[in-house]
Amino acid sequence: MALTRISRRHSPLPVLVTAAVVAAVALLPLGFVVWATISTGWVEAEKLIFRPRTGELLWNTSRLTAGAVTLCAVIGTATAWLVERSALPGRRLWHVLLAAPLAVPAFVNSYAWVSIIPSATGYGGALLVVTLSYFPFVHLPVSAALRGLDPALEETAHALGLARRRTFGRVVLPQLRPALLGGALLVALHLLAEFGALQMLRFPTFTTAIYDQYQSTYNGPAANMLAVVLVLCCLLLLTGELRGRGRARLSRLGTGVARPATRVRLGGATAPILLGLGSLVALAVAVPVGSLVFWLVTGSSAEFDAGQLATTTVTSLTLGALGAVCTVVLAMPVAWLAVRHRGWLSTMLERSTYFGNALPGIVVALALVTIGIRVVPDLYQTTVLLVVAYAILFLPRAVVNVRSALAQAPPVLDDVAHSLGTSRPETFRRVVLPLIAPGLGAGAALVFIAVVTELTATLLLAPIGTTTLATQFWSNSDSAAYGAAAPYATLMVLLSAPATYLLTREARRGTAA
Amino acid sequence: MTSLMIRGVTKSFGATEVLGGVDLHVPAERLTAVLGPSGCGKTTLLRLIAGFDDPDGGSIAFGDEIVFGAGRSVPPQRRRVGYVPQEGALFPHLTVSDNITFGLPKRARRDRHRVPELLELVGLDVRVVDRYPHQLSGGQQQRVALARALAPEPSVVLLDEPFSSLDAGLREATGRAVASALRATSATAVLVTHDQAEALSLADQVAVMRAGRLVQLAAPATIYGSPLDAGVARFVGDAVLLPGEVRAGRAHCALGTFEVRTSEFDGPADVLIRPEQIHLHHNGSGVAARVDEVSFYGHDASVRLVLLPDGPQVTARITGESTLPEPGARVGLVVSGDALAYPA
Repeated sequence: MALTRISRRHSPLPVLVTAAVVAAVALLPLGFVVWATISTGWVEAEKLIFRPRTGELLWNTSRLTAGAVTLCAVIGTATAWLVERSALPGRRLWHVLLAAPLAVPAFVNSYAWVSIIPSATGYGGALLVVTLSYFPFVHLPVSAALRGLDPALEETAHALGLARRRTFGRVVLPQLRPALLGGALLVALHLLAEFGALQMLRFPTFTTAIYDQYQSTYNGPAANMLAVVLVLCCLLLLTGELRGRGRARLSRLGTGVARPATRVRLGGATAPILLGLGSLVALAVAVPVGSLVFWLVTGSSAEFDAGQLATTTVTSLTLGALGAVCTVVLAMPVAWLAVRHRGWLSTMLERSTYFGNALPGIVVALALVTIGIRVVPDLYQTTVLLVVAYAILFLPRAVVNVRSALAQAPPVLDDVAHSLGTSRPETFRRVVLPLIAPGLGAGAALVFIAVVTELTATLLLAPIGTTTLATQFWSNSDSAAYGAAAPYATLMVLLSAPATYLLTREARRGTAA
Repeated sequence: MTSLMIRGVTKSFGATEVLGGVDLHVPAERLTAVLGPSGCGKTTLLRLIAGFDDPDGGSIAFGDEIVFGAGRSVPPQRRRVGYVPQEGALFPHLTVSDNITFGLPKRARRDRHRVPELLELVGLDVRVVDRYPHQLSGGQQQRVALARALAPEPSVVLLDEPFSSLDAGLREATGRAVASALRATSATAVLVTHDQAEALSLADQVAVMRAGRLVQLAAPATIYGSPLDAGVARFVGDAVLLPGEVRAGRAHCALGTFEVRTSEFDGPADVLIRPEQIHLHHNGSGVAARVDEVSFYGHDASVRLVLLPDGPQVTARITGESTLPEPGARVGLVVSGDALAYPA
């Protein structure tokens, strides 16, 4: 009881104010969308929204989302079950290999395909590339859920006379629903936000259309209205997922550690399944890696500029570090309130920061461009505004990590430290900080990787003359200089790889507790 | 060390009154147990003494120094209390020795010279100094937590259900070690617990709390032998309560007539007898009863009986060596000693 009790002394007004400011910043893009709608006026908005072009984009966006989400859900659930519940040989290796596509940004993956097979464009190509890039978003949470699932449930179902197949349908699948829905939502939101990959595969969706519109007419109402529709799609997905998840209590009842499940022997199916997994990994990992190697070897001699590579690398690393530190620092007050001072206000502030997850980078960038031009011209085209964009986009990752880190430092430790005579700041330094440091580090690493591979917002907001690995890669591959683009892509993949490996470990640990 | 004086302390969380005016004097260099069921406000009282929360009213003084009251509230870091929470709450990132020296000034932290002495005091081997909390057993963690609380030589030591997470065997040994360490340092200590055996066996005085109020404050033997009311009597031990009547200092009930120990009144009463006072006879003497159920615990056994012809039900405790009666058997009940009686 004492472990969960929250001290009511000293209502943390400064923390509250800081957290409120952070939440307000996170909500800026939504505010921009509302403002854009109102200022455009209904008549004009109606004219801009209800036209054949919007319908075409809506159709493209929804058929790609529906197709990719379905494929990712099926593939991700199947691979998760194979890794967690079957007697598949080499499961650990497969688990890492099946998460590996996350280390290759989707726009690098599409470059890898299109540079080798130029015809891999349109709906078919887009569906193939995004599915291969995003199915780990389902594989990781579903395998974590399977690992946490008490096998006693399945055994009870067998004892009640259900065959294995029916048990999966009636007992296991309903338990996996939150993980599956969460993964599917992640895939869908990433698809709505995806710009680079789809632009390269010449498959127009809202995001690419907004970008093109922005390039041609700059900050016009046409782009803004498309952004409004895109945000509505995102909010629709969010509420859909919330409803689908329902209120059922799906966690394990009772205490104690679940026994590891008895694994299903695959028997004669082992060989074909191994072949299938092998092909999946070949398509999702070997093709992009192979393509990169090919272009590195054949293309670099003539077009390679080592000096430029070094400059952009330094810029990317600096921006990544800056973004990571700022985002984690901003996440601190929000997470602190959520963990230490639970209540409707702290919940609301925390939820506000999660919108970044659902908002496409293009909308955040558009919002900040508009605000930069109209409200704070001094900040427009500066690194500050770019870092703010990163913070809005990646706050959710930081908040989640800082939150779980803070949970490692229960308030009773503060009480003990105070009773031993240490002041508040001293307690923070000697007790809280050492305990949360690993979590802060993990959060910062994730944000760092996300910033280094961020393309859309960087394209719109980077100060003139600032090129990052992602934007330089983009301008090279855009002009079909595939060989010149390869070193930049390779560096991004190499930087992302450790964080991806961390994710597979994270999922393992998350359910062990 | 100093005494502790609590006067008229009240505390509410929202609309719920948790403490409704508590007065408690904890004499210096004595171990006082605050005993009560969960939710009675005892942990809240402890947190108010430590300064983690402020009372709504009343005052708290350590010796002559008022730490709360008259518009003054000394923050916890300046109250010099030693606090031992549930499950120890050792700092997980620090070794045993760094945990113990946490509250000492910087120079003393580096010297570590008090560590062996404190470890010995709580009955731990010196070899554990460089271990981390997760490498210790639950009982060892609690001992380190006490050593950490004692290191800065606090004026009062507060223990919040420190043994409740330990399993039965460890609980007793750890409790004894902690109590003897507290006595050896002449500490003024408050132990909050819901376990009556723990309170009675370890403390010099026991304060029984119920629904946010202090009901009785006395030595353990007095609490058990002369509980203030039937509720306290039942809380500090098993009890058989029978309807009856008191006339001229003698209680009359279904089990017979007994001297009344404390109460001085006449009229209808609840007569209280401890199960260990009831003896089973198989030779026809005593009040006739039928055996209903027997629970055998090894060292003793408790026998539930129905007084013939039709109740009430009573429980007797008999030693493990005596022959256990079969359910359904008829026996005679004889009560030894005197009884307690409360006006009905």
